[in-house]
Amino acid sequence: MTDTKADTPATGTGLVPVLSATHVTKQFKVAGGHITAVDDVSVDFHAGKVLAVVGESGSGKSTLARMLLRLMPVTSGTISYMGKDVTNIKGGELRSYWRDVQAVFQDPFSSFNQFFTVGATLKRRMAAKQGDETLDELIERCLSYVGLKPGDAISKYPHQLSGGQRQRVMIARALMMNPKVLLADEATSMLDASLRVSALNVLQDLRSRLGLTVLFITHDIGQACYLADEVVVMENGLVVERGTTDAVIFDPQNAYTKRLLADVPDLKGSLKKRP
Amino acid sequence: MPEGQIVGLAGESGCGKTTLGNALALIANPPLYVIGGTMEIDGEVIDMTTLAKDSNHVHRPYRGATVSLLPQGAMNAISPTLKIKDLVHDVMAAHDKSVTKAEAMDRATDRLKMLSMPVRVLDSYAHQLSGGMKQRMVTVISTLLDPKLLIADEPTSALDVSSQKQLIEMLLAMVDMKIMRGVIFITHDLPVLSMVTDRLAIMYAGKIVENGRTEDLVHNARHPYTSALLSAVLDPTLETRTKHVLGIPGSPPNLGNPPTGCRFHPRCAFAMAECGTKEPPVLLEGNHEVACWWAEKNPDTTVPMEVTLA
Repeated sequence: MTDTKADTPATGTGLVPVLSATHVTKQFKVAGGHITAVDDVSVDFHAGKVLAVVGESGSGKSTLARMLLRLMPVTSGTISYMGKDVTNIKGGELRSYWRDVQAVFQDPFSSFNQFFTVGATLKRRMAAKQGDETLDELIERCLSYVGLKPGDAISKYPHQLSGGQRQRVMIARALMMNPKVLLADEATSMLDASLRVSALNVLQDLRSRLGLTVLFITHDIGQACYLADEVVVMENGLVVERGTTDAVIFDPQNAYTKRLLADVPDLKGSLKKRP
Repeated sequence: MPEGQIVGLAGESGCGKTTLGNALALIANPPLYVIGGTMEIDGEVIDMTTLAKDSNHVHRPYRGATVSLLPQGAMNAISPTLKIKDLVHDVMAAHDKSVTKAEAMDRATDRLKMLSMPVRVLDSYAHQLSGGMKQRMVTVISTLLDPKLLIADEPTSALDVSSQKQLIEMLLAMVDMKIMRGVIFITHDLPVLSMVTDRLAIMYAGKIVENGRTEDLVHNARHPYTSALLSAVLDPTLETRTKHVLGIPGSPPNLGNPPTGCRFHPRCAFAMAECGTKEPPVLLEGNHEVACWWAEKNPDTTVPMEVTLA
């Protein structure tokens, strides 16, 4: 565990990573120059693993996710999916990439159209059928993956669901496309602790049952600790530490990682000292 | 609310934490009505219902000077077109029209120096400050009039861990300096509460289910709901790596039609027959209050945590 800068362990097996970013840089123009939001970052995602990206606000986590999703062009570097360069694909190719790589975003309250039921929201998603399954069967299957009773949920409007249930519907929506990779950008940050745990359990379950690759972006190290196989720590657009979760969290090498860990309030450890 | 202490109020979204905070700060506006109860501040007893009916009755000095509310998302309340020092003057002039800008500035400068924060912030606009700094500034401004009680509603929720820590340290320093005589800290983030509070009250569906010293609650939870909340806390520890937390099944009840008996019984792992029919007894165990049938049957027992180890 001395060499945490080494490549992630799974690369040793010679497998091609599902999704990878190589020397990706993103610069934004601002008055009087530019700022580098993501600076020469290389990350690999391996099939069936949960990789967490942690860091403070403004460390470039979300920018990296948007580039991986091809929602934002890269300034330099390449993004490859299943060994194929997808940095500049367009049209049909890009649409099929977007089918395989799905995302769940932070705010479960604004991602719904209030006038559609859950069933209608999910149906609108799918113009094309997949295989022999009818659309209704597919919706039922995906809702049951995330622990919702299809009969109950389909006829509900978004305001009738709790935040945790909404976020689970968003995960179900992403799963309907039968994705290979799921990007969760602070997907559980707005939820209460108890609902957060159930959303994390859903992701954990999907990883082990469907072999889904998950990119989990968060500022909460506790959540990364619960869910992730590997952790990447970002500071000001740079990857400062990477490795297995155990190595990064319990034996951090980098000063920034250490500081980040020290700032996390710990339930029992940080009980207020009384005179 | 003991002198010089910080009391935490925790619970799920929609359990009434913010509503209670608003009622205490006397800003209950329709459709929210206070239908009963009194409040005693420094020996002065206030009937909450008369206040609710006659909003003119609540004179301005009361809000801000006696009880100050730091509402949720307060850091977004700074006008984008005003400098921080103008906001300081606005707040002070609302209570005393004769305050000049220079006096307001002096007071704010003194306060910032006391808390060892940079004074140049007063000359900035909101967009020039980080989220953590904005939140600390509104906290300082809301306590400029030395309120007896500060109600802080989710002050740390939108901040990342480092800014959270700075804000908490500042709040603790303010209490130590006796700028305010008590703080009610509302959040659902239990690790943060364990860091700042002396006492902790856990709310579920509009009722306080457990109330006691923070230390006792964290180590020796007596209500199943408290225990379930504690088990859902994810600390970066070795234990978190291996445990599988079940979470609380179901969702919070509709308060228009709350469950009979104990409001938590439909989701409780320890529910018994009487939980569904009779209101739970409020047990007072030393300094520790708990409203639960299970706790009555099992005195001096900590509620076991619903966690399986992988």
